[in-house]
Formats: sequence, structure tokens, C-alpha cells
Amino acid sequence: MSTDTSRQQDLYASPGDTSQGRVFTVTGQDWDTITDGLGESAEERVVVNMGPQHPSTHGVLRLILELEGETVTEARCGIGYLHTGIEKNMEYRSWVQGVTFCTRMDYLSPFYNEATYVLGVERLLDIEDDIPEKAQVMRVLLMELNRISSHLVAIATGGMEIGALTVMTIGFRERELVLDLFELITGLRMNHAFIRPGGVAQDLPPGALDEIRDFIALMKKRLPEYAALCNANPIFKGRLVDVGHLDLAGCIALGITGPVLRSTGYAWDLRKVQPYSGYEDYDFDVQTWDTCDSYGRFRIRLNEMSESLRIVEQCADRLAGLEGAPVMIGDKKVAWPSQLAIGSDGMGNSLDHIRHIMGESMEALIHHFKLVTEGFRVPAGQAYVPVESPRGELGAHVVSDGGTRPFRAHFRDPSFTNLQATSVMSEGGMVADVIVAIASIDPVMGGVDR
Amino acid sequence: MSGADETPEENVDERADERVDEAVDEAVAGRAEDESDDRTDSNEEARPAEEDNLEAAKSETGTGSGVEQAAPEQSPENVPAPTGEVRAVGARHGMFGVTGTGDTSGYGGLVSATVFPTPSQRPYGGWFDEVADALEARLRATDLTAAVESVVVHRGEITFHVRREDLPFVAQMLRDDEALRFEFCSGVSGVHYPEDTGRELHAVYHLLSMTHNRRIRLEVTAPDSDPHVPSLVSVYPTLDWHERETYDMFGLVFDGHPALTRVLMPDDWPGHPQRKDYPLGGIPVEYKGGSIPPPDQRRSYN
Repeated sequence: MSTDTSRQQDLYASPGDTSQGRVFTVTGQDWDTITDGLGESAEERVVVNMGPQHPSTHGVLRLILELEGETVTEARCGIGYLHTGIEKNMEYRSWVQGVTFCTRMDYLSPFYNEATYVLGVERLLDIEDDIPEKAQVMRVLLMELNRISSHLVAIATGGMEIGALTVMTIGFRERELVLDLFELITGLRMNHAFIRPGGVAQDLPPGALDEIRDFIALMKKRLPEYAALCNANPIFKGRLVDVGHLDLAGCIALGITGPVLRSTGYAWDLRKVQPYSGYEDYDFDVQTWDTCDSYGRFRIRLNEMSESLRIVEQCADRLAGLEGAPVMIGDKKVAWPSQLAIGSDGMGNSLDHIRHIMGESMEALIHHFKLVTEGFRVPAGQAYVPVESPRGELGAHVVSDGGTRPFRAHFRDPSFTNLQATSVMSEGGMVADVIVAIASIDPVMGGVDR
Repeated sequence: MSGADETPEENVDERADERVDEAVDEAVAGRAEDESDDRTDSNEEARPAEEDNLEAAKSETGTGSGVEQAAPEQSPENVPAPTGEVRAVGARHGMFGVTGTGDTSGYGGLVSATVFPTPSQRPYGGWFDEVADALEARLRATDLTAAVESVVVHRGEITFHVRREDLPFVAQMLRDDEALRFEFCSGVSGVHYPEDTGRELHAVYHLLSMTHNRRIRLEVTAPDSDPHVPSLVSVYPTLDWHERETYDMFGLVFDGHPALTRVLMPDDWPGHPQRKDYPLGGIPVEYKGGSIPPPDQRRSYN
């Protein structure tokens, strides 16, 4: 074939195989020739290995920085420290169990991981139009709450890394409120596995809407506090303005999406341009900034939280009119048969359902057993339905061979792609600006490494 | 590929086709039985349902590969694809994933072919035709009409299967032509089909045109014996890490990549973990006297 076959051999030369460049012999006492070879830059050129266990690297990210004094001449990322083989593991579980795995990837935005995977599976099943309205609204509600909690962490950790500790404490304080809502609705603070093929795992619990309304009212008071604390703060601006510059051409070439792309002034938001889960029915604005820098990305995240709050409010209003409506598809060949309920020892299997399958209906037991252990079959094919996660385009390439398990599930994670911009954003700047640039990308290593 | 290789390949294809037809018949028969609730063993009762299913399946796809359901948006132009284009990329045996003894369900002999959506015929519908027309016109102008091997429209998504040696040219054109303008690449994803003989490794690219708000998919294949695909980093720099990941996970070598090294696994890792012949791994878990085998060795469904 026309492709180069000479590269089929081992790509890595073993030690001693070097055939190009000057070869130094380190067996004798000729160390002086070695230092001569390094040239004049030997004293100034420093290679710093930052991470993978560094507090300012958003998890286990390793940065290899080449410095001249305080200036970064080269910046490279080393990733893979959190690789857990989620995609491989999903090939050994049923389609529904896959949700339990992919929710753990980008742990700050679990609902988006679930949503993009589930939307792909639903497209392959050809049931996209059969998802009940209430399930759609609940998905949007959870995703937008999740956007708020994710952006809060982005701002909080970003603030902490430049020394603004108050931003961190209040950011995590508010995030806790969102996690409380998640716990109320899904039973878990993280790793929910709540969005399932065909709908969501269960209905809203009693009182959830009131809690959501209280949260909206509280956040409307508290979000302006961030603006008051940061927007015009001279130290904050001094650290963020014109740092981590990346223009539109750079973003498109490097495949950057999310707030980084929108900080170039380009209003690209998949919720608006390629709506999914009924986003076309909500009233919200795409937030942009035109400075191409870290400060713009901060302002976009701040504004997007207000927009998300608007959407959450509309969701709450719609949910108030959808009391008792189904949250799972009517097709019993796909819908998860089991139900959950709160018992004396917390949430668990619904006793009514257990009674039904164990005491009343043999057919229900067979149906439950078949669907829970074997699962449903998904027609052969492939699908890619991206969603706008807090970090950009998150998509799952889902391939089915017609079996009960994913043949292949590959996640295009925005953190993975956006992290490629580290070099262009930080080379030529100061060491301290590397931290700010990476914080403005807001990578989550769980999503990068999967 | 030299001419001497072609004869055996043709034979293989023919045999594969026969196998598909047999397999499909059996699969459909299995389904019909499976769906009848009363589970009677009487063949007289089960027979009509079986035949109906088979007929319905054949009329749907026109090829007898009746397992696949046509997408609704495809239905008006759902004309029969030429036989021989149906490609089985594997077969499923039995009802359960059990090998050796253990499947006492009576379905142990069931063989069903894995058949992916077949190539579509024009018109593809909507803007798909605009893209295909523009692409075809440009390819004709450069005498590369064979670059696009087939076009599959399935579930409202369009996939262009591109000959691998022409991939950089096609991608460059898709990016630069004003009528196409797919300026954004979402990344590349590898898929390993161990039974798709001669094209085991697939590289799947998702392209996005922000200008026209369209998405397409490109798919190229490479055999396991020659796992080379030209790199697209010079066209889409974003593919740098994506191609490294695909190399890391599948061993697909992207020729022309500036620094094709592993990105997720350690540098000295043996093998490529996402390939189907690479085991999942894991150890049995002991719990209260019982032992639960690792996930890939459990009794499971396939």
C-alpha cells in the first residue's frame, strides 16, 4: 500500500541505537566534552517537571517545562496517570451498565458523560422521539445544575491557584448546595448513573421542586457576589488579563471548544446550534467574550452560570406541570424494569416491585431477569451525538454489533482535546502564567485519561 | 495489492456471503421462536411466523440481511443494495456467551451474522446530497473518483468510507472547499473488527462544518497485517493526541505523525489494550466464601 511500511518496525530506538547527531562516549573521563556540547545555554536552561502530583495541575497532570529564567520556552503535557480503561470495560458490560462506567470519566460533569452516551444509544435504538417529555426536562435540569457546579469548581480552583482563597471557599460552598440537590434527586452526589437509555432512573422525589426553587433564589443572590469579588479586582485582573491567549484560528485548528472557543467572540454552543434533549424550547443566551484570554473565560463561566440558572428555572416551571408523568420510555423491551424507593435504611429496590415480581407475576419476573441480566440488543451501527459540556464538545462514538454490549464506546472528551493548547497558551510567558492558562482550560484529568 | 492475490480473496468473499445468508436465515428463525411466548415445540405453528419475518426482512433491505431495521428517513430511497456489498464482520454463536459446555438453552447452535448498515443509494436526503455532490465533483476534477468507496446513511448520520491512501487529500478538500468547509475535526476513534478480514482496523473521524452546521463521518480501514493509515495532523492539528491515543490503543500507525508515541499507557507497555484480542484482565474476587471471576470470564450474554 502507499503508506510507509518502513515505519512498521519498533518506533523507539533502544539505547545505543542512535545513528544520528553527535555521539558522546561516557565510558571514559571525557565529561568536559559533554558539557561543551551542551553549549552556552547550559547554565540558564532548566527543565522543570511539574506534577503529576502538584496542587496546581487539576489532578494528575504532568507538565514538562523548559525554562529560561522565569520564562517558559517549551511546555509539554504528560497525561495518562488516571487512565482506568473505562472504554474497554464498557465493552464487557450491558448497554445500561455502560452508564455506570462513563459517568466516572469527567467526574465534575457526570451528567454530560451519561447524556452523550445515552443519546448515542437511543439514536442506534431509533427511540430518540419516544423519550418522555418529563425525562427530557429532568435531563436538562440536571445537566444545567451540573454546569453550575462544574463552573463553580473551575472558578474556585482557578482562584485558589492564583492565591484567591476566598473564591475557592465560596465556590465550594455553593457547589455543595448543587451536590445536595443531586443527592436528593439521584441518591448520589457524584457518579449518578441516573440518565439511562430510554429516560432517567426515577422520578423526582417529593419536595425536590421546592428545594430547587430555594436554590435558584439563593444563587440569584450569590452569583453577583462572585462578580463583585472578582470582575474588577485589580489583582485578579492583573493575573488573568491577556494570559493564555488563543485566538479563533488557533481554537479551530486545535479543536478547542467550550468557554475557550467562546472567549474569542465566536458564539458556538451546541445547545443552540445543534439542540438535543429539547434545548430549543428554552430561553437562554450564548455567552461570549472577545479578549481571547483567561479573564474572558472566567467571565464567560460566570455568565453561563446565570444562564444555566435561567434554564433551571424554566425546567422547574415545566416540571411543576408534569407531576406523575412517565420518566422512562413506554417500550418495555428497553425500559429498565426495576424501581427504587426510600426504605427505612435508605434508598434501595422498591418493595412494591419486589412483591410484584416475586409474588404476583411470573412473566414480570422473567422480564425483569432477562432485561437486568441480559439487557436489550441494540441494532448494529454507529452513532455520535455530542453535547455541550461545561468544557466543550463532549461526544460518544458508540458502535454496536447488534449485541447486548457496546462493541466500542469512544469518548471525545473536551478536556483531552483542549489540553493540547497548553503549549501555545503558555510558551513565552511566565511560569506563574502556565497555572493560569491551564486553569482557564479547566481540564479534568478523569475525562482526559478515561 | 497484486493481481495474484485476487482469486483467493474472491473465494473468501463468496464463502462469506453464503455464510451470511445461512446465518441470517437461522438468526431470523431464532428470533421468531424467541418471540413466541408460548414456546411450543411444534414446528407447524412456528413456521408461518418464521417465514413472514424472513420475507419482511428481505423486502426491507433487499439483501436478505434482515437483522437491520431501516431508519425512517431512509425509507423512501431504500432500494436494494447490490448483493455482495453486504459484509458480515462476525458471527454470534448461541444465546449466551458460554463456550464449551454450559449452554443448555437449546439455542447453542444458533449462528447469527453481524451485519452493519449497508451502503446507501442516492438520493441520500437533505443536505447529505449537497455534500456528496460537492465531494464527487471535486474528486472527479482530480481523477480520484474511487477515493470514496461507499456512503452509508444510517440513523440520520452519513459516513463516507474513504480509501486510506486518499484520506489526506479528501480531508484537505473537505476542509478547504467552500461548499464543504469541514473546518473542525472532533477527533479519531479506532474500532477493531477482528473478523472483518483484510480490514480489521477502522479509523473513524468525525468532522464538523461550523460554517454550514453539518456533521459527517469518515471511515478508513487497514488490515492487521499492515496497520498503517496516513496521518491527518497536517490538515487538522487537533488530531495530534487523538492519533497518538488510537495508536496507543489499537496499534494503528499514522504515517507522517510528528511524534507518534503512546499517550495514555506507559511508554513500555506491551500490546494495544483496546484491540479485541487483548484481554480485559482482572482477578477473581473472593467474597463470603464465593469466588467471582473477572468480568471477561464471567458467564455473559453476547
